[in-house]
Amino acid sequence: MTSAAFLRTIPAAVLLPEFSAAFDTTLPRAAVPDLALGLEGIELHFGGIRALKDVSLDLRAGEIRAVIGPNGAGKSSLVNVISGLYRPDRGRIVLNGRAFAHVPSQRLPQLGVARTFQNLALFPGLTVAQNIASGWVFRRRFGLLAHLAGLPAARRETRSVDDRVDQVAAFLGLSSHLDRPVATLPYGLQKQVELARALVAEPRLLLLDEPMAGLTATEKAEMTGHIRAVRESLGLAVILIEHDIGVVMDLSDRVAVLDHGSKIADGTPAEVRRDPDVIRAYLGAEAA
Amino acid sequence: MSVTAATIRPVIPAQTIAILILLALAFIAVPHLASPYVIEAILLPFLALSLAGLGLNLLTGYAGQVSLGSAAFMAVGAFAAYNFNLRLGLPLPVTLVLAATTAAAVGLVFGLPSLRLRGFYLAVSTLAAQFFVQWALTKFGWFSNNSPSGVIAAPSLAFAGLSFDTREGRYLLSLSIVTLVTFLVHRLVNGPEGVNLIAVRDNETSARVIGIPVLRTKLWAFALSSAIIGLAGVLWAFTYLRTVEPAGFNLDRSFQILFIAIIGGLATIRGAFLGAALIVVFPLLLARLSGFFFDGSIDAGVVKLVERIVLGTVIIAFLIAEPNGLSAMLDRATRRLRSLFGRS
Repeated sequence: MTSAAFLRTIPAAVLLPEFSAAFDTTLPRAAVPDLALGLEGIELHFGGIRALKDVSLDLRAGEIRAVIGPNGAGKSSLVNVISGLYRPDRGRIVLNGRAFAHVPSQRLPQLGVARTFQNLALFPGLTVAQNIASGWVFRRRFGLLAHLAGLPAARRETRSVDDRVDQVAAFLGLSSHLDRPVATLPYGLQKQVELARALVAEPRLLLLDEPMAGLTATEKAEMTGHIRAVRESLGLAVILIEHDIGVVMDLSDRVAVLDHGSKIADGTPAEVRRDPDVIRAYLGAEAA
Repeated sequence: MSVTAATIRPVIPAQTIAILILLALAFIAVPHLASPYVIEAILLPFLALSLAGLGLNLLTGYAGQVSLGSAAFMAVGAFAAYNFNLRLGLPLPVTLVLAATTAAAVGLVFGLPSLRLRGFYLAVSTLAAQFFVQWALTKFGWFSNNSPSGVIAAPSLAFAGLSFDTREGRYLLSLSIVTLVTFLVHRLVNGPEGVNLIAVRDNETSARVIGIPVLRTKLWAFALSSAIIGLAGVLWAFTYLRTVEPAGFNLDRSFQILFIAIIGGLATIRGAFLGAALIVVFPLLLARLSGFFFDGSIDAGVVKLVERIVLGTVIIAFLIAEPNGLSAMLDRATRRLRSLFGRS
């Protein structure tokens, strides 16, 4: 299936359900229309350690934005703040036109955000198809009793989820593996299953935490192709945490560099590559 | 025409056929052929414990929440059914449903700690259910209709003009309930809720950020599991023992059910049945053997202890040989048989 065909399978109306105003936020509504994500002055402490120091970041719709930096720079902390797993000590996160002091991780998919994890976070006890389908669970309208009773509408819903899973699997070339237990797949394919699980939720913002880690060169090229196709066909905004500088420079529109929890540079790949601070802190002699 | 009909007919999987044959045998042949001893001493406890194992497997095997309170929920089911029957005189199916609902409600309350606790800590908190329920049933005479020692006797089991009080009747009643509940659990774990249960078990953080309702899933697991274990308690009290006291639902019973689930194979349906078969049948075999060899020559108490040691050793040996339980062993055996026949 081509990327364009996949795009047509997603009606615009289902991209995001109506979001209730009763949602817990005391902060004023932010008003930048095509802002996919805004981080304003994020501070995060673990005991005496400052993991993030006054980090601000913006991401426009349809933009691929890489966050790079040495190990321990705070990249994963940043993703965990955006996905609500960590509560920042200061600052706010603007998502879907709303500002949050702490993103409610349980409502993340409703906010149009999906993520992958640095170390795989699949469900080993489930098949590939079930793992992908789990990304759609938050949209299900029928609960346990309806399924137990075998209501026709509940069955229809299950069939439509299966169709959606088939489409995403075809898009990422996973169709022939759908019935296999996910734990029996090679690592590179498992990474793609995790991407499929994120995509089936039809997010507007995709957080990829080291999608290339542990992949072979061929798998990296494939994954790079997928990320680009996802952005082009679905118009997703992507936050890309990655160590492979080649991939980062190749894919991203803008790159932010973290070091010791602070943002030391932000700009196009070419600008960042020339930045003396970045070269000192991270890129080293090879890029100079 | 008949040819077309035959080609259109969907293919029924071999496993479904095997299960239907097994059910036909169990429903039709067994009541006629089995001796009273086999029904009373083997099949009735086997059915009740299988159901309890199935209920616990839903919670521990599928949803990954360890519980040591199973016997408490059996007791709740049994005493609830007794009281609904005694005080309201409701028809048998209604009594059963209400007993299951009561057990579910109690299970839900004791499942609340699972929202904050995991693993061993949760297991310890489910012990509270075990001790609290036993204490409450003994302390308040109302539950046992003020019977002096807390013993309750099973009422007459009749519904729609049918009486299930005979040995065969109790067997058929047990078998019907176990069959129905097993079918529902099968449907549950193979449907979308099954995905939720396993997702919560395998990676709670990831389940939460992809929008699986983790808390609701855990509470459902506790409620359904307790409802099923409660029904197992009703079967245990009404069809097998006929008279029970709270002390019969002690921690030993909870461990027995946990062993059934583990030895049979966690997160499998047939595991509960295989595990219960081993736990029920093996001690009986052992007792027969020791009776045959040591009758009169060795003190009966010593023989009893040795039996327990042997049972424990066998359980450990099984788990070392196949940590995934009897179900996985059966899988391997059928695969080997199939490849043998495939080659010849």
